Amino acid sequence: MNVTIQIVRTVPESVEYLRILPEIVLAVFGMIIMLLDPLMDERRSQKTLGSVALVGSLAAIAATLYQSQYPGVGFWNMVHVDTFSVFFHFLITTVTAVVILTSYEYMEVQQIRAGEYYGLILFGAMGMCLMSSAVELVLIFIALEISSISTYILVGFRRRAAISSEASVKYFLLGSFATAFFLYGVALMFGATGSTSITVIGDTFRSGAIPMLAYAGLALMFVGLGFKVAAAPFHIWTPDVYEGAPAPVVGFMSTAPKAAVFAVLLRIMFEADAPGRLWLIWITAAISMTLGNLGALVQDNVKRLLAYSSIAHAGYLLVAFAALPSNGIPAAMFYAASYAAMNVGAFAVVSHFAGAGERYVTLEDYAGMGRRSPLLAATLTIFLLSLIGIPITGGFFAKFYVFTAALQANLVGLVMIGVLNSAVGAYYYLRIIVMMYMHESRAEVPVSPVPIGLGTALVVSAAATIYLGTLPGRVLEYASRSASQLLR
Amino acid sequence: MSTNNWSPMILTLVTFVPLAGGLLLLLFPRRDRDIRVFSLVVSLLAFVLSLHLPVHLQRARAGFQYELDRQWIASPNIHYHMGVDGVSMWLVVLTTFLTPLCVLISWKSVRERVKEFFILLLILETALIGVFVSLDLFLFYFFWEATLIPMALLIGMYGHGRRVYAAVKFFLYTMIASVFMLAAILWLYTKTGTFDFVAIQTAIRTGQVEGFLGAAPWLFLGFFVAFAVKVPLFPLHTWLPDAHVEAPTAGSVLLAGVLLKMGTYGMLRFSLGLFPEQSRANASWIMVLALIGIIYGALVAMVQPNMKKLIAYSSISHLGFVVLGIFSFTQAGLDGATFVMLAHGVSTGALFMLAGILYERRHTYEIADFGGLATPMPAYASFFLFIVLASVGLPLLNGFVGEFLVLSGAFRSRAVYGILGATGVIWSACYLLWMYQRVFFGKVTHDINQALPDLDRRERIALWPTAVAALVMGVAPLLWLNAIDPSVHVALAPFAQLASRAVGR
Repeated sequence: MNVTIQIVRTVPESVEYLRILPEIVLAVFGMIIMLLDPLMDERRSQKTLGSVALVGSLAAIAATLYQSQYPGVGFWNMVHVDTFSVFFHFLITTVTAVVILTSYEYMEVQQIRAGEYYGLILFGAMGMCLMSSAVELVLIFIALEISSISTYILVGFRRRAAISSEASVKYFLLGSFATAFFLYGVALMFGATGSTSITVIGDTFRSGAIPMLAYAGLALMFVGLGFKVAAAPFHIWTPDVYEGAPAPVVGFMSTAPKAAVFAVLLRIMFEADAPGRLWLIWITAAISMTLGNLGALVQDNVKRLLAYSSIAHAGYLLVAFAALPSNGIPAAMFYAASYAAMNVGAFAVVSHFAGAGERYVTLEDYAGMGRRSPLLAATLTIFLLSLIGIPITGGFFAKFYVFTAALQANLVGLVMIGVLNSAVGAYYYLRIIVMMYMHESRAEVPVSPVPIGLGTALVVSAAATIYLGTLPGRVLEYASRSASQLLR
Repeated sequence: MSTNNWSPMILTLVTFVPLAGGLLLLLFPRRDRDIRVFSLVVSLLAFVLSLHLPVHLQRARAGFQYELDRQWIASPNIHYHMGVDGVSMWLVVLTTFLTPLCVLISWKSVRERVKEFFILLLILETALIGVFVSLDLFLFYFFWEATLIPMALLIGMYGHGRRVYAAVKFFLYTMIASVFMLAAILWLYTKTGTFDFVAIQTAIRTGQVEGFLGAAPWLFLGFFVAFAVKVPLFPLHTWLPDAHVEAPTAGSVLLAGVLLKMGTYGMLRFSLGLFPEQSRANASWIMVLALIGIIYGALVAMVQPNMKKLIAYSSISHLGFVVLGIFSFTQAGLDGATFVMLAHGVSTGALFMLAGILYERRHTYEIADFGGLATPMPAYASFFLFIVLASVGLPLLNGFVGEFLVLSGAFRSRAVYGILGATGVIWSACYLLWMYQRVFFGKVTHDINQALPDLDRRERIALWPTAVAALVMGVAPLLWLNAIDPSVHVALAPFAQLASRAVGR
């Protein structure tokens, strides 16, 4: 029946354009930046182009809110706007806005004069948004590529630093490799089920006929996506890339694309009701948490430390995937949101402290910051406490929901590994706090005042972290509603 | 009654007044004097408000009072459920009683980052009170973890020499132990669908929790490890001496006075309340550990050259009494345990303040650096003697009543426990009086000590309340015990059934 409709109706209805409205907005603003950039004086264009990008991301947020009134499928069942996709759209576009705010000062201090930086951020965000609403594996692949290629370039933006170029090449090579895995998985899945539509695949699985090929396809897709979220054992690239990339970009790439990929994973694992996922996830989650935390224990570079921490957090989040869908989906969504809030905030502070050429990114450079820059240090402390999972921060409820969901599925062993890991994790986050508050400051590390853009970014992320930590009810309820729609 | 309108809100008020004060302090300009005065006013306000609790408590009534139960988060089912009984009420009052004294004692000793200090102190007070009044396991865990950060920061930012080491050690020890409790709480939630203490208790007693029998020993241990580290029970005590020696005076006072009681309170409320059979089954080794703590703590205290470390080890010894009393499962034992918690809070709090006063003058805690202090500092010496005697357990002072009750409970449980425990009383007399003799009697051995100024007015004001409390608690313990007794009776009810069931077999 679907086939006939496709033949009859070759032109999409106008309401279907609303279902990709945020993507359109982001793409248009991205192109405006690319067009404006060559026409402007290179030395003064940064602020203007940044502002255009900021307006673009805010417009995308507005478009998302507007779009939420028109749920449904579009473009021959390739995109599906539901509360689930709106949730991730909102998350991604907000993170984008915050990252752009952080970048203003950073670009100036690092003396990076390249307007396409902001364009690439918007294009990347567009790909990520599309990933969260796509229900068609080929479209997901295209969206994944749009988002990945933008980030490959963004990683190499500190052109003067060899480490940045190294990170870019490394990320590009390994990333392409992983994408190939994903594509191969899609191909096998098509061979197994005769469709690339997640809905159709789900129907096939639920009807009971699960060909062996589907398992292989699923495993290969998981490898590709696991690489993108830096889950062990596909995490090797993470520390080097995070260390080399510009700090605001790390804040971006450790949250928004991850959230988008987790959205895809949620759709594949739960909406399509993928078979045999439990042990795949169990093992990946357990080793991600453990390797991430153990690796972070010995780091002296704050960016590397947070890189390992992001591996561990991918592990915590994956625990939700091993749970029952009705609890696991909301827990994973909540985790993605609170991780985005705290990690973007943490990297905003890191990029401010880093100074010209990112010279001050070791633990020792943070000594005495509690005294010299009390507000920034206090804000970073909030984010770090949230990463530890201390009450009244979003990170606490995130872990809490994930572990509860896993316990409801009787995964006591996995929860014990997770709980022990979060205790280990406390140690290395604490090292930063201890450095800031309990060690004598070093005079040669400069402290500059906080510009208004960065200040806004920090206020937004701190407020979101605290909000999720004190009144998580509404967000969780929304996530639960999305989950029930997704499962229907 | 007019109090009825007040009753549901009073616990919320008492809990959050300090936090509100702390947040207001954020807006203050950095004029240290104003900050100190304001903190004192806020902490006194909290104390006055908390006095509402004992005044209006219906003493004959068992169970929780001043209850407030509102839904906080719908899913998971987390409630803002607060309430106190005779035991937790006094611990709340102890907290609010000690905090203004902490403010006074830190008046001059904290000179840098004054604002942050008092903000942390007030946040800590809120978290501590929250632990004692929460009846929702989630809320309890929330406050339990929330005490960690302000305390660790107080130690790490305002402490002495090895403060960073001590702060991190304190944080990690208690943090790692409490994740086991979190796991146990989550397990209970997934099986019962509620965090409410009373509801879970009822579900367990009526056998509605699926798979409870198999999991109970592990759940008991999960809770117990978290509590045992806080108490601290031998051999998990090694963080305590470090934390105390490095902590600023106010930190030590609250650490010994209130924070350690979170552990023993948790045992009384949750270990006994939720897992009576497992408590009974594990009582023998726990009591042995408590006895080791009493004797070992005392012996180590005796050989300490450092005054503050001596008091820290004496805390291990005294808290051993509390654990011994709780796991004797007798009315006298539990009454005594609760009373020792309060008495120890007052007298050890005072001892730490006294040590801190000396440190402000000489910047050392070494006993060998003093000697003959009674001559230059007569008022200080008399306060010190009074508190030492209270701590030793002199009849008519607060230490005696609790220890006596605990020991009589321990005797009834097993005579040898009582006998061994009783030696602890002797040991404590030895190390405290010996320390007193070395510091205060004889000739002034160091010339620099000749000119030490005696207590000033502020220090007297800080010390008098503790001395008065020590005396009143010793003379009229019934004022406290008649509120504690009914609650203890309720806590022990399942044990009477257990015992009769055992006899019936």
